[in-house]
Amino acid sequence: MRRLSSALFLLGLGLLIAAIFQTMEFGSVAPIAGQAINTVAAEQVGAANFVTAVVLAYRGFDTLLELTILFTAATAGGLVLGKPRAGASRDPDSGFILRAGADLFFPLLLVVGLYIILHGHLTPGGGFQGGVILASAFFIPILARPGTSMNHRRVSLIEGFAGAGFILIGLLAMLGGKEFLSPLLDQGELGALLSAGSLPLLYIAVGLKVGSELAGLLAQLSETEATD
Amino acid sequence: MTMDTGLILYTAAFGLILIGSAGIVLSTHLVRIIFGIALLEAGANLLLLLATYRAGSAAPIIVEGRIPAVMADPVPQALVLTAIVIGVGILALALSLALRVQRAYGTLDLREVRQRLEQDIAGEAGIDLPSSSDAPQAVMTRQEGQA
Repeated sequence: MRRLSSALFLLGLGLLIAAIFQTMEFGSVAPIAGQAINTVAAEQVGAANFVTAVVLAYRGFDTLLELTILFTAATAGGLVLGKPRAGASRDPDSGFILRAGADLFFPLLLVVGLYIILHGHLTPGGGFQGGVILASAFFIPILARPGTSMNHRRVSLIEGFAGAGFILIGLLAMLGGKEFLSPLLDQGELGALLSAGSLPLLYIAVGLKVGSELAGLLAQLSETEATD
Repeated sequence: MTMDTGLILYTAAFGLILIGSAGIVLSTHLVRIIFGIALLEAGANLLLLLATYRAGSAAPIIVEGRIPAVMADPVPQALVLTAIVIGVGILALALSLALRVQRAYGTLDLREVRQRLEQDIAGEAGIDLPSSSDAPQAVMTRQEGQA
């Protein structure tokens, strides 16, 4: 009976989505809001990457709330998993190739992650993508040596400071009588590293926050035993 | 050419959404349900990008002062960008909850988990399981109480 109702639900959902797809023509959609943003973003925000302009300038407040969702997920993950027992058995270290590879990749991933975060307003990339790369830089050594554990206190300290930094940048703009998250710095020259107002600062905060949260969450998952 | 590409891409988004939903409603294994959520998410992200695709548009980025003639809509790209990262966080949270279920009940099959859960609740409350032979009487007394 439950199977039948589930199958009926899927059939209805499929028909609904197919009906929606019928009305959408591929490749000929006129982007109304996007067109407007594409024409004015270079002057209004000063970021060469318009996606960054949307993420941090036009939807900066939404991005703050999305970071809150990620923070909630990471906190809840830590709450659900709890601390591993003191004498819990860990997997032995992996082979030489994985250990050497992890050591080799750690600085490379760190540099690539930071580069992508810092150039988020100029090239495809930004705090979210670079943050994930930073998280993998800190997580791959744990995969290679499951015995070592991450310093969770330090990770949550970075996370807290990054999150507070994002809000602080927004509040500092309010001190000057402007709106929340309005740019603090000058727009600068389009395409220069130091440009686009406070967008690079915001993306550094986003990158550190995303990186520390994901790394902490993944490390916590790997430290937990499946069975007691 | 573009018509065919569009059909293939729409079919992919349609398939991902449908397979993900099927995994969520039809499967009883917790990890498969979580994978269904991940597939559904991928389909939704793909759909969001396809819905605003413009033929022949370049990435909305100014490189060395050159502004492309036709630029893609940056709004859905920004939405999907954050959705992907949040999806990873949600996936990790769901997996840690599944880990907890596995630790508490020793199984990831939702039917068994539900059975164990009902037993535990009934045991804590000191009543028999609703499916036991005493069930009709229990229903009777409840109706009498309401009347």
